[in-house]
Amino acid sequence: MNAWSVLPLLVPLITTLACLALRDRPGAQRWASFTGAVLFLAVAGTLAVGTAKGVVYETRLGDWPEPFAIRLRIDALGAALLAVSGVVLVAVLLVPGRGESATASSPLLLPLVHGLMVGVGGAFSTADLFNLYVWFEVMLICALGLIALGRERRHLDAALRYLVLNSLGAVLLLCAVGGIYGISGSLDFGAAATGLGGSESASPAATALVALALLALLIKSAAFPFGAWLPAAYPVLPTPILALFAGLLTKVGAYAVLRLVAEIAPAAAAPLLEPLGWIAAATMLTGVLGAAYHQDLRRILSFHVISQIGYILLAISLGTRAAIAAALVYTIHHILVKANLFLISGLIRRSGGSFDLRHLGGLASRPALAFVFAIPAASLIGLPLTSGFWAKLTVVKLCFAEGRYVFGIVALLVGGLTLYSMTKVWIEAFWKEPPEPVYPRRLPAAAWWSTYSLAAITLVLGIHPEPLLEFAALAARLGPLELP
Amino acid sequence: MIEWLFALTIGLLAAAGLYLVLGRDLVAVVVGLLLVAAAGNLFVFGAGRITRRGAPLVADGATVLSPDAGNPLTQALVLTAIVIGFALACFAFSLVLRLRSLGAGPDGDQYQFAEPRPDADGEPGDPT
Repeated sequence: MNAWSVLPLLVPLITTLACLALRDRPGAQRWASFTGAVLFLAVAGTLAVGTAKGVVYETRLGDWPEPFAIRLRIDALGAALLAVSGVVLVAVLLVPGRGESATASSPLLLPLVHGLMVGVGGAFSTADLFNLYVWFEVMLICALGLIALGRERRHLDAALRYLVLNSLGAVLLLCAVGGIYGISGSLDFGAAATGLGGSESASPAATALVALALLALLIKSAAFPFGAWLPAAYPVLPTPILALFAGLLTKVGAYAVLRLVAEIAPAAAAPLLEPLGWIAAATMLTGVLGAAYHQDLRRILSFHVISQIGYILLAISLGTRAAIAAALVYTIHHILVKANLFLISGLIRRSGGSFDLRHLGGLASRPALAFVFAIPAASLIGLPLTSGFWAKLTVVKLCFAEGRYVFGIVALLVGGLTLYSMTKVWIEAFWKEPPEPVYPRRLPAAAWWSTYSLAAITLVLGIHPEPLLEFAALAARLGPLELP
Repeated sequence: MIEWLFALTIGLLAAAGLYLVLGRDLVAVVVGLLLVAAAGNLFVFGAGRITRRGAPLVADGATVLSPDAGNPLTQALVLTAIVIGFALACFAFSLVLRLRSLGAGPDGDQYQFAEPRPDADGEPGDPT
């Protein structure tokens, strides 16, 4: 039972090393990588099923007694996100990204991808603040490696933009972690929560340090006004890797915000929830406006990543147990939809020859592609029968129930603007007469499998959402502290 | 007294670092990142008490460290952070040098490789 909590870390770590050792044998490397991904998904799925029954997987590393040990602790929240990450990883590895840039055929691509998953797995399973900081750094350096792997000027420029803001964020996070240790005397989530004054009261110093940590995590999750690095850096990646980044990286930041606000420092974070709500509203609005302006599919979708992060932060800022559950539902829905949309944008480029809407057109003659695009696009907007409908509905309903009418109205408005942006993509890429003649190309069968499976999950969650909503309500019971 | 001096040093380091990061010269930006990281490291170091009175040994029979000694845990954290920060700085320097050797100028504000400039009519530029 306890050994299970180490596996989400160990599996990607061993896969990374295997992929590194096999870097001269591409066939074997792909095999090792895919096996590792499937194993990761199997482990995460087992953990999610276990936590749904109320089990919490916990290990004290080195078997040290309670206050001294570094703990790995996987509860329902962490397990759910691990499982979704596993699904995205497998889906992404199925789609070949060859031909888009030198990145896709580099022998270092797969080791870096799994290195990234070590960071993701570690962040979702640790119960120690400093450990969390280290996993963020692991993700940062692997992400930088993946961005710079293309070796052209645009890749290096993108890596530099990514690096400057994110390493400033890392320093702020380190300061906050050190300061929280100074006040509470512990780095463990549970013990630090008690040391920071539990859920009753908190000193101004604790609030200042939590604000510092929030600032760092807002940079990492590309919230307003720190989001500029994301649409600048992401589009240089080949689309499958881009799908992985867009699905997972900023969401780890949002997850850490959730842990901090709901579990580690509810009292210290209480005065910060109001500004967090306004930042979330600004993030939603600026993200969707950027998406409405751009013509490059990758940039449109990158700005939607920012906009959707706003919804998650908005749910967290409401600060109730139901809102935490809503944030989790939104995160799961968003990871699946966003990764799928990026994978499909790669298919659109393969069939239409460009990412730019001005050069695309006539793709409605490929009904299979149009259909698989329509499902996640509808889910991103929040139309009924898709997962996005329930995710948006719960967030908006909670805003009105809590009396935050402005936030509720902004959320609805941003939904409308998302509809506009996705309609633009639909009309330009699928309905318009193609500006240049298009020669239909066969798309790889694995890519169909992967995108249709993700779309199917979106539909199933949309038609039968009760299990997910119940699971989220269970997962929102975090730690020993009580939220309203 | 020493606490105030220490706090002032951290503030100055962070301010100098941020000033450099906000500039245009990319080498200076990376040096600025190093300074900010150094300020962060000192901050964490300070969270474990600044003192030189006692050795960090738990006395016989006691269960916690005496407040006379500095906390060695924060020092271990700083050690980890230094290693990570140093690796990132090396990576950043090599990025900047590589960009320069590919013909990019010294002024980071002029870089438009990752994001194309908008067209003259305000429409988004063609993707690279």
